[in-house]
Amino acid sequence: MIMDEIELPPVDQMPDPKNWVNTYADYLYLFAIKRISDEDQARDLVQETFLAALQSMHKFEGKSSERTWLTAILKNKIYDVYRAKSSGLKTEEIKNPIGEEPDFFQENGHWKKEHAPKQFGLDDFDSLAHKELNHILQQCMQKLPAMWLSVFTMKHMDDETTDFVCAELRLSQANFWVIIHRAKLNLRACLQKNWM
Amino acid sequence: MNNLINVIYNCRKATYLIDKRLISKITFRESVELRVHLVGCSFCRLYVGQSQKINQMISQMLKTDKKPEFKLGDDFKAALQAQIEDELNKK
Repeated sequence: MIMDEIELPPVDQMPDPKNWVNTYADYLYLFAIKRISDEDQARDLVQETFLAALQSMHKFEGKSSERTWLTAILKNKIYDVYRAKSSGLKTEEIKNPIGEEPDFFQENGHWKKEHAPKQFGLDDFDSLAHKELNHILQQCMQKLPAMWLSVFTMKHMDDETTDFVCAELRLSQANFWVIIHRAKLNLRACLQKNWM
Repeated sequence: MNNLINVIYNCRKATYLIDKRLISKITFRESVELRVHLVGCSFCRLYVGQSQKINQMISQMLKTDKKPEFKLGDDFKAALQAQIEDELNKK
């Protein structure tokens, strides 16, 4: 991950909570907002992270940097939010959340004419268009059901393994693949619809 | 044989395999079936490239987009700082 590349080498450091807010608060907030688009919730998570870190300062061994350690605590809290959103969903609700796009395929499995993929410039955009396309993609992602977005974020943003995502969100492998597929179909359709 | 015909003529199943293949392994048999499907289906050939591109965009977006407009307010930071110092003084 990018953030690891600019990490200082592990030093024999003691945590220094008085400087946490100054040094890490914006960084952690940005980390959270990318994964949970709710600003209030992201702010709460930063606060909870610092408080939890204070409680477990004795566990900090100086093997990783302070920032890596704080980020790991925050990430666990984000996954707790994901889990809370997905817990209690039945298999049917996971696969067919309310508000989902209509089926893209006919009964025989062929693309419906109006939903079939078309060229829409995903491959040949310049950097300005790229920024705009990214913006549309973000909006399209926000339309996904919470559970699907959690799966997508863990898999594609944080490069978690499939086994890890399934365990964290208590998903079966079969449901995991269904979600990956359905989410992708919806994102692609949303991009095509809003970009053309 | 039934299953084979299914994938070869079924875009729903083909796209499922396309998405799975991007982040995991599919079986040899599935990969053969998918290849046969793609020879005859221009829609799903388009889907291959677009699906891959979306994955790339998401991982790029989440790792590099700095969103500098997202910063915590000074008031919030001051309150947080005070809270941390309170906790430290309790110890």
